[in-house]
Amino acid sequence: MKVVAKIVAANRLTDGETVWLGAGDRWVETIGGAEVARDAEAEERLLATGNAALAANLVVDVTLVDIEIADGRVLPTRLRERIRAGGPSIHPDLGKQSRHGAPHAI
Amino acid sequence: MYRYDEFDHAFVNARVAEFSDQVARRLSGELTEDEFKPLRLMNGVYLQLHAYMLRIAIPYGTLSPRQLRKLAHIARTYDKGYGHFTTRQNLQFHWPKLTDVPKILEELAEVEMHCIQTSGNCIRNVTADHFAGAAADEVADPRPYAEILRQWSSLHPEFSYLPRKFKIAVTGAERDRAAIEVHDIGLHLKKNDKGELGFAVYVGGGLGRTPMVAKKIRDFLPEADLLSYATAILRVYNLGGRRDNKYKARIKILVHETGTEELTAQVEKEFAALKESELKLPEADIRAIGTYFAPPRLKARPEGDATISKAVKANAGFADWLNRNATTHGNPDYACVTISLKGIGEVPGDASDAQMDAIADIAEQYGNDEIRVSHEQNLILPHVARADLPAVHAALVEIGLATANAGLITDIIACPGLDYCALANARSIPVAQEISQRFASQARQEEIGDLQIKISGCINACGHHHVGHIGILGVEKKGAELYQITLGGSAREGSTIGEIIGRGFGPDEITNAIETIVETYLANRENKEESFLDAYRRLGQAPFKEALYGQEAKAA
Repeated sequence: MKVVAKIVAANRLTDGETVWLGAGDRWVETIGGAEVARDAEAEERLLATGNAALAANLVVDVTLVDIEIADGRVLPTRLRERIRAGGPSIHPDLGKQSRHGAPHAI
Repeated sequence: MYRYDEFDHAFVNARVAEFSDQVARRLSGELTEDEFKPLRLMNGVYLQLHAYMLRIAIPYGTLSPRQLRKLAHIARTYDKGYGHFTTRQNLQFHWPKLTDVPKILEELAEVEMHCIQTSGNCIRNVTADHFAGAAADEVADPRPYAEILRQWSSLHPEFSYLPRKFKIAVTGAERDRAAIEVHDIGLHLKKNDKGELGFAVYVGGGLGRTPMVAKKIRDFLPEADLLSYATAILRVYNLGGRRDNKYKARIKILVHETGTEELTAQVEKEFAALKESELKLPEADIRAIGTYFAPPRLKARPEGDATISKAVKANAGFADWLNRNATTHGNPDYACVTISLKGIGEVPGDASDAQMDAIADIAEQYGNDEIRVSHEQNLILPHVARADLPAVHAALVEIGLATANAGLITDIIACPGLDYCALANARSIPVAQEISQRFASQARQEEIGDLQIKISGCINACGHHHVGHIGILGVEKKGAELYQITLGGSAREGSTIGEIIGRGFGPDEITNAIETIVETYLANRENKEESFLDAYRRLGQAPFKEALYGQEAKAA
């Protein structure tokens, strides 16, 4: 069953690495570790936590990202966010997709 | 080439120190992101999808081997081993850490480079003909004037907060290789009847969401008046340009809304007040800057023809490359070499650290120590003895950069697109790669002849799609990529904006659509001498529409 939900994405201040807000309010480097908000209340809480991290100068560009969960995997709805989760589609050897446990861009 | 004087060194070093302090204050939390963002942009630091991006200015696209080696070193040390040459004759690194940027800027300053004014609403890096100072058809080298404009516009207090960014391009030949008619100001350096140097001045060109061809507002501006006239234009723009709407803030909109005649009158009025001011360029100063760009002392190399003749017989690959990638030089013993960064299936404009190092070596050994970046995302060796062309070709083969496609269908301009860019709506590079692979055959490319494809991943048009003979614009429709095709654009003298041919194509359809357009051209051209652009201008959209959409086109 497909579940439509949201996660919070950002870029780490120091190096720009794309990160997602994960369990325990920790920022994780792979989208699979993102905490999923399935209702408005959870979204609000995640976004507030993200914005607190922005204010604390840990991350920048905090945004809510639409996702689907299919076969237990978090898959952003927009191609932009899928590429962000994997890396440049033209360079499978670069970015997160080159590391263990991260999805390919496309 | 231009060499920094004490003032330039002090100025750039002071800026490095200032920005290093700003980065430190950002990392410590003393500056918020809202406070820091405009500061980082003024120093060429963007945030993209995967990381920060650092854009390095390459004034008028001129590089020394030492500078190119430094860029290679930075790619290797601080980035992921490659850099991306852009349509602004700049270089972008796509993976730098913010914490490393101060060190990178220090390294750049060592070789007289920086990232100042590569972003923000200021006068950006001034661009020029990539064959400047070398081309046979040139009246004079435009780079001394580009350098004068660079010095004048660097941190110009009056023009650091314009309504929007401002781009100036200069060419010194009738054949416009710098796309001056699609810049905010385009300058065509020429001589009048008395043999004096001056400029035809174009204003209000630009691409982006509202593409416009510039209007000529002066047929001949004496060279001494360059800064007074540029100041007059900038003042009229700074005062009248719209600040209420980012999308209507470029000078092209002001020219359009004011009318060319009225705008010209405003500029001329301002100019009249400035003409005899301290902005008037003393002859001695112009010539002094000119000495930095004095042509290299090129030795006589009359053996070129014999050497080439032998090499052509021995090596078909060399013959193809000579035919496409060597351009006539002002000195008959020499040629300008285009190093294609468009290998079949490669990423347009990308070069690895090893390739950059090797090109620096080739430029030292055979190229009189000069390298240029073209707005077409290739590198140029402007002064190579024809007798050395076989050796240069062989050296380029070694590093995979001897593709013989300059000006052909696979010499595609493409912006970074959605693979990197936070503004993009669709990917550009994979489209370029697939088209390149489809048309890989050298014979087929030669048969098609001159054809420029330009691809942008969003309406901001960094890939110049509006002025591609075939332009491709990526958009997002219902969450998927869709590519709109325009035909008939040109960035040469007498520039034209391409016309949208019809509904867009999906990622799996776009290459077939391009092939259909090309086949339609081949079937309809009068003869082999009629280029794609000429044929399109004669034929109009109809045969292309019919071929692409068939019954659908008739119904519409």
